[in-house]
Amino acid sequence: MHAFANPARFLRFARPATAWLLLIGLALAGFGILAGLTLTPPDYLQGETVRILYIHVPSAWLGMAGWMGIAAASISQLVWRHPLAAVAGRATAPAGATFAAICLMTGSIWGRPTWGTWWEWDGRLTSMLVLFFMYLGYLALASAERERGGEGRIAAIYGLVGAINLPIIHYSVLWWRTLHQGESIGITGSSIDNSILWPLPLTMIGFTCLFGAVVLMRIRADLAETKVEARMRRMSR
Amino acid sequence: MNPWTFVVGAYSIAILLTAALIIWAFGSMRRAEAAAEALTRE
Repeated sequence: MHAFANPARFLRFARPATAWLLLIGLALAGFGILAGLTLTPPDYLQGETVRILYIHVPSAWLGMAGWMGIAAASISQLVWRHPLAAVAGRATAPAGATFAAICLMTGSIWGRPTWGTWWEWDGRLTSMLVLFFMYLGYLALASAERERGGEGRIAAIYGLVGAINLPIIHYSVLWWRTLHQGESIGITGSSIDNSILWPLPLTMIGFTCLFGAVVLMRIRADLAETKVEARMRRMSR
Repeated sequence: MNPWTFVVGAYSIAILLTAALIIWAFGSMRRAEAAAEALTRE
């Protein structure tokens, strides 16, 4: 990680990585979506609406992974004072918030024909909604702190404390009797038939690559803006 | 209830929001890097 403490060295890695992640992400997510819409059979219970799985599961994973990234960046900043940690945290939040919103909306659309309701205040749905609002709070806090010339330490503490919501989201279906179904995919296997499951890894990896590309693009934008601001300050003296 | 209405709705939201996120991130990166480059040339 400390190899990337130098922005110039980081940019040498980030420039080609952004393009590769975008290309691989678009190809895998595109093919996964097409396969999920046309090549898989309908579920015997859910029918055609099972196809929402191929976008809902990756967005749920990325909504949570985004905050894991913010928490990791927060630790890196508070413990090691990594110069890019605050930038990485700020860069991760918009992508995480977007995928948390996609997860909530696609879940709601899936819930209407399957559960008969758009929304239910159950453990999983509510904790995911809390995560989305926490992203909005982090974005506001990090941007306000940056404008006031802060090092981003308050946002880092908020990011670290907010990580407590991640196990709550994950275990909500076990801790409370909720409408949301339990784990369908675990480390040991899956309860979903392979004929339906196979496009899911494609969209999972594809959207993850796109998420990575967006984070790198935001870091590059932030570094360039900082460079311009520093130059302007020097010129105004 | 036609299930495809829900499927198309969910995919449209996911694709539109993801595309908007990528376009916004790409545009802001290009603008910021172009401004930094212009300042370096000056």
